[in-house]
Amino acid sequence: MNIQHRLNGTTLHVGLIGELDESHAAFVREHLDEMFEKCKISEAIIDMSELSFMDSTGIGVLIGRYKALKNKGVRLFVERPSRAVDKVLSLTGIYKIIPKIC
Amino acid sequence: MENNMSLKIKAISRNEAFARSVVGAFCVELNPTMDEINDIKTAVSEAVTNCIVHAYDYKDGEIEINADIQGSCLHIEIKDFGVGIDDIAKARQPFFTTKPDEERSGMGFTVMESFMDTLTVEKNSPCGTIVKMSKTFGMNKRKADEK
Repeated sequence: MNIQHRLNGTTLHVGLIGELDESHAAFVREHLDEMFEKCKISEAIIDMSELSFMDSTGIGVLIGRYKALKNKGVRLFVERPSRAVDKVLSLTGIYKIIPKIC
Repeated sequence: MENNMSLKIKAISRNEAFARSVVGAFCVELNPTMDEINDIKTAVSEAVTNCIVHAYDYKDGEIEINADIQGSCLHIEIKDFGVGIDDIAKARQPFFTTKPDEERSGMGFTVMESFMDTLTVEKNSPCGTIVKMSKTFGMNKRKADEK
C-alpha cells in the first residue's frame, strides 16, 4: 500500500495505491489523519483509481475519516474507484455521505 | 469438472491477501470473468478478516480454507476455532458490529452474501465458526445469452 498526496489550495488530493484490507487499514488511517491534521483544508478527495482491492475494512476506514472531517467542516469525496472497489462502496450505500467524483 | 484444495494459515492480517489470491487462482479453471474473480476474492477476504478480528481477537489462531469445484460451481468453506458467534442471525445483519470503537463497518457478512450465490454460517465443533459460500460461474453470460 502506498499513499500519495497533493495540496491544491484548500483541497487535499490523496491517492491510495495498492490493496486496502485489514493488514493496511491502520497505516492508511494513521497516514490520512496525519495529513488532515497538518493541512488547512476545506475538502479532501481520495483518489481510488489505483486501489485494486478493498473489502469492508476500507469502508470502516472511510467512515471514520468522514466523521472526523465532518466535525471540522471539511467535505470528503472519493474519486474514480475501480470497478471492484466501486461495487463494495455501492453496496454499503456510502456514496450518500461520501459522494463519488468521476 | 471436479477439483478441490485445502489451505491452513496463521490468523494474521498479512495472510489475507495470500488467502484470497490462492482461492482466486484456484477458480481460474472455471474461466471466470474479472468481476467473478473479484467477488470471490472479496468474499474470502471478509471471511478471513472475521476470523482474525472476531474469532481470535488478533491473538494466535489457525484458519482452514477448503475450496471445491463441482461442475461450474465453486464451494468455499472457511473455518476457525475461536470464540464462536453467540447470535449468528444478529451477526449477519447489515452494520452490526461487536467492535464499534474500532471503526468496523459491520458489513462483512452482507458483502459475502451479496457477492456469492449462497452463504451459510454454522457453529464449529467444539468451538469456532464455519462459513460456507458458493458461486456458480458463467451465470451473467448465461443470462445475457437467454435475452
